[in-house]
Amino acid sequence: MKKIYDVIVIGGGPAGLAAAVAVRQQPDTDVLILERDSELGGILNQCIHNGFGLHTFREELTGPEYAARFIRQAQELKIPCKLRTMVLDLSRTPEGLLLVTAMNREDGLVQLPARAVILAMGCRERPRGALNLPGFRPAGIYTAGTAQRLVNMEGLLPGKEVVILGSGDIGLIMARRMTLEGARVKAVAELMPYSGGLQRNIVQCLEDFDIPLKLSHTVVDIQGKDRVTAVTLAQVGPERKPIPGTEETIPCDTLLLSCGLIPENELSSRLGVDLSPVTGGPQVNESLETSVPGVFACGNVLHVHDLVDYVSEEAARAGAQAAAYAREQGNASLPSAAVPAVPLIPAGGVRYTVPQLVRPARMEDTLPVRFRAGRVFENCLLSVWADDVCILRQPKRKLAPGEMQQFNLKKSALPADLKAITVKVEEA
Amino acid sequence: METKNLICICCPLGCSLSVTLKNGEVTAVSGNSCPRGADYGRREATHPTRTVTSTVRVTGGTLPVVSVKTSADIPKAKIGSVIEAIRRLSVPAPVHIGDVLLKNAAGTQADIVATKNIEVSEHA
Repeated sequence: MKKIYDVIVIGGGPAGLAAAVAVRQQPDTDVLILERDSELGGILNQCIHNGFGLHTFREELTGPEYAARFIRQAQELKIPCKLRTMVLDLSRTPEGLLLVTAMNREDGLVQLPARAVILAMGCRERPRGALNLPGFRPAGIYTAGTAQRLVNMEGLLPGKEVVILGSGDIGLIMARRMTLEGARVKAVAELMPYSGGLQRNIVQCLEDFDIPLKLSHTVVDIQGKDRVTAVTLAQVGPERKPIPGTEETIPCDTLLLSCGLIPENELSSRLGVDLSPVTGGPQVNESLETSVPGVFACGNVLHVHDLVDYVSEEAARAGAQAAAYAREQGNASLPSAAVPAVPLIPAGGVRYTVPQLVRPARMEDTLPVRFRAGRVFENCLLSVWADDVCILRQPKRKLAPGEMQQFNLKKSALPADLKAITVKVEEA
Repeated sequence: METKNLICICCPLGCSLSVTLKNGEVTAVSGNSCPRGADYGRREATHPTRTVTSTVRVTGGTLPVVSVKTSADIPKAKIGSVIEAIRRLSVPAPVHIGDVLLKNAAGTQADIVATKNIEVSEHA
């Protein structure tokens, strides 16, 4: 008889590793990690800068060091991994099991049945084609993460005179990295009137090296037939439309794009998992379970995080929940869809929450709810409402879209006949 | 009297700090919301330090470079000379996390330490 895994984890980056470790820590639960790269660790392997792990390990680590801590835990727990393995499809068998179709050089095409699956595929960068950037299509245009991989893992420098569009953390980190490797970064342009990156990165990656940050600016032209020769920036108005007459042409050979990350959910949507139009990731309940019973999600495939520490914490919860589901499924207990759920509704300045649904009956005493603000707020109030009763009100000095926020939802504060929970930002 | 304007990086608030110096000594920090901010302002205005991370060439490894960091924060003014010292290095595989690849880089007392494992390539 074919082996049935309790849990299969798709992706061996920070989310997949922490989830698999949490599954394996449950009694008698087996787990398999499927990873398409030749090593575990995911994007952390190319994030060689420091600043990881302050929450998880109380010390400051680089990306590869943070990954190595979890890889060691996975090895100590003897968690099996299939590397260089691409998952092609996810479906359900007539018996109600999940079926993972994957391929690699050793096994060829394999179908692996599992009681539960954890989605931990991460995200990818928004490419030029999705940005509607005008101009020619020469060589020398890279996403910031591609440049990061070339420099930090392959030992290659993609260009010498650089303009960066987008001031997310990867763009800021690459401005410093390219500078240290001998390139000249002439400007970082940001469409929004504020940076999407962490304050610390603006100081230590741009100001330390006198790299100008041009807020409310975008690229309106790319020049060069074979290789980029110049990029034209222009200021944008309140509607984010370029203002004629503000154009500035900067000679350069490279344009790096750091314009947002998109959760990688092709497998999830093929299976019929409901995706949130705001996060681009699955809609999940308090157990981080998607709309497809037995399929859980965590990390950047669920919603894009700023700190890996929060990914690890979230993934550990997904792992524990998936293990519990696999055990229950073995006992053929009640199907999870039968438990009533209430929506968490983002309102007034809150762009989204994760989870999006809560089943009070399945909640633990406190549930961490993560959210992002839609714009910058100062001296405001975060309020949480159970129907029309306010159950939480917290003053916030500052909320910015670039900093993920969290509050704890208390089970004891929820009434029995609850219909919806609303989360909003109130300006003082 | 001299005033340095800094943005605090201790937390997401990003307070605008104003550090007043007299003969190179900090006499006042304002604009901070907490004691950590005052500390940061004092340090950053007088002797700013940074951890430097980069890569070192590896021969015969599964990857051509290994990521490295300084074992301690170094003076900000020394970033350039530490990077120069890192650039001149080349080490044979294998390299493991924690291996010291260069002692006392550019006279900073900080060592250059590997932050990733690079094994010997089977194809080398």
